Amino acid sequence: MGLEHYVSLLTKSVFIENIVLAYFLGMCSFLAISKQIETSIGLGFAVIFVLSLTAPANWAIHEFLLRGGALAWLGYPDISLTYLNFIVFIAVIAATVQLVEMFLDRFSPTLYQNLGIYLPLIAVNCSILGGSLLLVEREYTFVESVVFGFGSGLGFFLAIVALAAIRFRLRYSNVPEHLKGVGMAMLLTGLISMAFMAFSGIDL
Amino acid sequence: MALLSKASRSAVADPLLKNNPIGVQVLGICSALAVTIRVDQAVIMTAAVVFVLSMSNSIISLIRSFIPNRTRIIIQLSIIAGLVTFIDEILQAYMYDMSKQLTVFVGLIITNCIVMGRADAFAMQNSLGKSFLDGMGNGLGYGGILIVVSFFRELLGSGTLYGYQVVPQWAYENGYENLGLMVLSPGAFIVLGLIVWLQLQVAKPEDH
Repeated sequence: MGLEHYVSLLTKSVFIENIVLAYFLGMCSFLAISKQIETSIGLGFAVIFVLSLTAPANWAIHEFLLRGGALAWLGYPDISLTYLNFIVFIAVIAATVQLVEMFLDRFSPTLYQNLGIYLPLIAVNCSILGGSLLLVEREYTFVESVVFGFGSGLGFFLAIVALAAIRFRLRYSNVPEHLKGVGMAMLLTGLISMAFMAFSGIDL
Repeated sequence: MALLSKASRSAVADPLLKNNPIGVQVLGICSALAVTIRVDQAVIMTAAVVFVLSMSNSIISLIRSFIPNRTRIIIQLSIIAGLVTFIDEILQAYMYDMSKQLTVFVGLIITNCIVMGRADAFAMQNSLGKSFLDGMGNGLGYGGILIVVSFFRELLGSGTLYGYQVVPQWAYENGYENLGLMVLSPGAFIVLGLIVWLQLQVAKPEDH
C-alpha cells in the first residue's frame, strides 16, 4: 500500500472519524479539562503522546500473543486469548503512562512539569483504551495502527482546544443559569461535531 | 417503604435525579452517547453498567481493608476489567448480534469514569450493603439518562421505538421526514445537553 493510503487514514482519523466528536471517546476529560486553553493544550499533547505509543504496543501484543492462532510459534495454534484483551490492554496503558512519566521526569523536566498532572488522568481516559480496541476491531496493520494512534490523538487535541477556545469566548455571555457548565459544553460539542461532519464529504 | 432504611433508600434514589452521575457529577459520558441510537442498545448497556457497577462496588468494599493505598488504582482496574470481560463473554455467547452492534463500547465500561469514581470514592470507605446499593443507584441513574437520550434519538431519527414503527405511515405520506441529524453524533450531544439542562433545572443541586 502506498503513501496515499496512510495519508487518507490520517485525515480520516483526525477529521472524519474524530475520536471525540464521532465516537464519543474521552468525553469525561474533554468536558472537565476544557475550561482553560493552556490546560487543554497540555492534555491534548499528553493524549497524542500516549496514544501514539499505546496503539502500536497494543497492536503488537494482540498480534503476537492474544489473537486466535497467535501462539502458533509456541506450538499452540488453536488457542485464542482474545478474552484477555481488556485486562491486558488496560495494564499496558497503565504501564506505558507510568513509564512515560518516569522517562519525562528524568530527561525532560520542563515537559514533565507541563504534562505531569495530566498523565495519571490519561490511564483511565476512554480515548486511549478505545483507540486500542478500535484498531483490533478494524484489523489494522502495524503501520496503520501507528498512523491511526497519532491521528486520533491529533483529533482529540484539535477538538479539545477548539472547545476550550469557544468556552473562553462564552465566559461573559449570558447563558441561562442551569445550562452553564456541562449543558452548554455539550451543545457546543454538538455544533463542533456538526462542523467536523462536513469533512465526511471529502473523498480520498 | 419500610423494607429499606432511609439511608439505603437515598443511596439508590439520590443518583437517579438529585445527584445523577451524568448530569451533576459529569462522569461516564464517554461511552454513554455512542450506544443511544436505539432504545434496545441503551437498555442492554444499562443492564451491563448496573451489573458491573454494583458488583465492582461490592467486591472492592469487601476487600477494602486489604487494598494498599498506593496500588489501589491498579487493583480496582483489574477487578473492573474482569467483570467487564465476564459481561462481554456473556453478550457474545447469548446475544451475538447485540454484542456486534455495541462493538468496543462494552469494553469501554472499564474506563467509564463512574465505575472507577464510585469504587474509589464510595466503596473504599463503606460497608458491603451500602456499596452495593450505591453502585446500583448510580448504574440506574446513568442508564436512565441513556434510555431517555436513546428514546428521543430513535423516535426522531428513525421513527421507531425499541425496533417497532411508531410514526405512522400516513405521516410519511404527508411529508413527514425522519430527522437524520439525530442518528449522527451531533444529535447525541445536543439531546444530552438539553436533557442535562432540564435535569439541573428540576433537581437544583446545591453545589452547582
